[in-house]
Amino acid sequence: MSTHVAERTEAAPRTDRAPLLKLTGIKKHFPLTRGIIFQKKIGAVHAVDGVDLEVYPGETLGLVGETGCGKSTLARVIMRLHESTEGTIQFEGRDITHLEGKELRALRRNMQMIFQDPYASLNPRKTVGAIIGEPFRLHGTVPKNRIRDEVKQIMQLVGLNPEHYNRYPHAFSGGQRQRIGFARALALRPKLIVCDEPVSALDVSIQAQILNLLEDIQEEFNLTYVFIAHDLSVVKHVSDRVAVMYLGKIVELAPGETLYKNPKHPYTGALMSAVPIADPDLATVKKRIILEGDVPSPINPPLGCRFHPRCPRAQLPICAEQEPQLLPQHPGQVAACHFPLEDRAVITEDIETPLHKAEDAPPDGQTAAKAPDPSQWEPGNAE
Amino acid sequence: MAEPLLEVKNLKVQFPTEDGVVKAVDGTSFSVAPGETLGVVGESFLTVMGLVTKREARISGEILFRGQDLLKLPPEDFREIRGAKISMIFQDPLTALNPVHRVGNQIAEVFQVHRKVSKKEAFDEAINLLQLVGIPEPAKRARRYPHEFSGGMRQRAMIAMALALSPDLIIADEPTTALDVTVQAQILDLIDQMKKEFDAAVILITHDLGVVAEHCDDIMVMYAGRMVEYGEARDIYYGAHHPYTWGLLQSIARMDQARTERLRPIKGQPPSLIHVPPGCPFNPRCPYVMDICRTEVPQLIPADGHHASACHLPLSEKERIVKEEVLVH
Ligand SMILES: Nc1ncnc2c1ncn2[C@@H]1O[C@H](COP(=O)(O)OP(=O)(O)OP(=O)(O)O)[C@@H](O)[C@H]1O
Ligand SMILES: Nc1ncnc2c1ncn2[C@@H]1O[C@H](COP(=O)(O)OP(=O)(O)OP(=O)(O)O)[C@@H](O)[C@H]1O
Ligand code: SF4
Ligand code: SF4
Ligand SMILES: [Mg+2]
Ligand SMILES: [Mg+2]
Repeated sequence: MSTHVAERTEAAPRTDRAPLLKLTGIKKHFPLTRGIIFQKKIGAVHAVDGVDLEVYPGETLGLVGETGCGKSTLARVIMRLHESTEGTIQFEGRDITHLEGKELRALRRNMQMIFQDPYASLNPRKTVGAIIGEPFRLHGTVPKNRIRDEVKQIMQLVGLNPEHYNRYPHAFSGGQRQRIGFARALALRPKLIVCDEPVSALDVSIQAQILNLLEDIQEEFNLTYVFIAHDLSVVKHVSDRVAVMYLGKIVELAPGETLYKNPKHPYTGALMSAVPIADPDLATVKKRIILEGDVPSPINPPLGCRFHPRCPRAQLPICAEQEPQLLPQHPGQVAACHFPLEDRAVITEDIETPLHKAEDAPPDGQTAAKAPDPSQWEPGNAE
Repeated sequence: MAEPLLEVKNLKVQFPTEDGVVKAVDGTSFSVAPGETLGVVGESFLTVMGLVTKREARISGEILFRGQDLLKLPPEDFREIRGAKISMIFQDPLTALNPVHRVGNQIAEVFQVHRKVSKKEAFDEAINLLQLVGIPEPAKRARRYPHEFSGGMRQRAMIAMALALSPDLIIADEPTTALDVTVQAQILDLIDQMKKEFDAAVILITHDLGVVAEHCDDIMVMYAGRMVEYGEARDIYYGAHHPYTWGLLQSIARMDQARTERLRPIKGQPPSLIHVPPGCPFNPRCPYVMDICRTEVPQLIPADGHHASACHLPLSEKERIVKEEVLVH
């Protein structure tokens, strides 16, 4: 599998079809309570706070954003591992938001998840064959006497040696364990696989093996992926479209190439400009937008645009009062910002405007915002 | 180049285990000068300074700090130098910060122990440092506990602590792996800035070839406990001489790459450090392997002054391959 090096064909636009997965107004709030016996609700973590998203059959949708912005929570809501607080989830046009019991189990055949940690997610007391064959036994999709052959076939497919059927997980390296998790997810031929940081724990040279494998299998089974990762180069490489999250909301969504060359949301711009480039000459000419301050607390997200306390382009009062909606930009691109970035701002223009330089007028002549009071953009000030 | 601050000569580190001896570092030599950042990439590199305190390790070779061999020092003198002159920054700040003490007190304690100043003075110094590393409202923050800080702020606090005594050498072991790119950029800039401020030397250990490209002067590539290549950043990125380095450069996804391009991973798995393959340790995974590679260990040989690699391929062949096969994307 890893030996064939045929070039992929550029993905055809797939968004003309009916979505496989559709989220409307999805929220997930975790209650914050005080007291041990009489729990009193004193607030909520707004982990996911109003997400609309469509994922099309056969595409890979990347999901990126700062730590704690709600990516894993959204993934678990999609998988129905978390009950959503608000909103609806549709899978193949059917409302699955509140499915239970048998129906939910049937749905799980079509949706699978792979996790970041290939060590923690495999039962150490079961053989690899038993782990991969478990979904067959649970769902009864393959007659008992055929399970072994079926499992060996999947092992072959993901690049594991079928002779290792009877080995235990500890005898495998990190990359091989990730293959085992992937084989288990594939067993029931799902339509959608949600990958939460599938390669972050692996060595660079092994990461590439797993990423190529994910791509090969996608073509073979016409799989759809939701792919979460910190490494933007990896996300751009695997994704047809990339959604950028900030504090529980999607702030921009576009094909990876567009996002990299023409980000519209200032947060995306900062993110793209911060990616380290493995090329010393390019690295020295690259313009970087430095974001001041930390991510605000998801317990009391800022009013208006959630990014305004850190945004180098924020204009008060509008950015602090009106929440921007996701609006079309370039074809296939939407962004939620009152004052979107100019084209190619990150790559060619000098828009080095961190807060302390706010007195310089931005290139389009708009007046930049005054630097906000730092006490506003600190998390933990919710006391 | 300036006099080296740290000079490591033929360092070997082994751990006896039930399954056999782990050869974590197998004869490595290098040096760093003040104001310089040395990047370390690759599989298996034992964090040189941290390990010396590990009792279970068997260590041989020399670690010269300002010409003095740290391995020959009595433990208390070594701890003194380590505490005052060499600072470490780890991947996970929570392991370095004590969860039950206020952040400011932890930094202040470093001053009190090493500098015999009053509690009040030490705390004021701590606040100054928190300010220096870019923590807003440092006086207020100094009274908080580590868990009340975000990941990025904890990393800053740890850097503040590492800088408390103006160290000569800063060793950063994957300092930003757990952080996202915007915070990562801030922290790496901060380390650069601190290096200038204190005229310190920095050793930056990381898996991320992008990070080394932007922040390092020299780069050392390690494989199976050995240095397989050494050179200036430009030597490594534009003219690498070792098949493992080529493999690393080819296997990373790049932002400027078209989506249709396929990644080119290194085949196979990294070896166990107990059973390192004979000859060149990379030979089972190397696409250019020759007969000699299975029996003879290649030595680290300089091609021109600074740039050295440990591989049996003739230099002309390396230069051809890197031009014709590696750098064409
Ligand atoms: N079970 C829970 N109870 C309370 N709060 C939670 C729970 N799970 C997540 N959170 C909070 O919700 C927010 C979003 O967390 P989530 O794990 O989804 O972030 P993420 O984007 O996946 O971050 P990372 O990149 O670090 O994995 C965080 O503030 C987190 O602390
Ligand atoms: N106390 C110990 N006993 C036995 N082996 C050890 C011990 N400490 C480290 N090792 C081994 O030494 C080798 C190098 O360890 P080290 O932690 O430096 O690797 P690394 O390259 O930093 O890895 P990572 O990328 O995961 O951080 C590893 O194979 C490890 O298993
Ligand atoms: S809406 Fe205003 S604050 Fe928000 S990202 Fe756009 S310019 Fe910045
Ligand atoms: S010495 Fe031989 S096996 Fe080792 S890297 Fe060079 S060519 Fe490959
Ligand atoms: Mg997560
Ligand atoms: Mg390490």
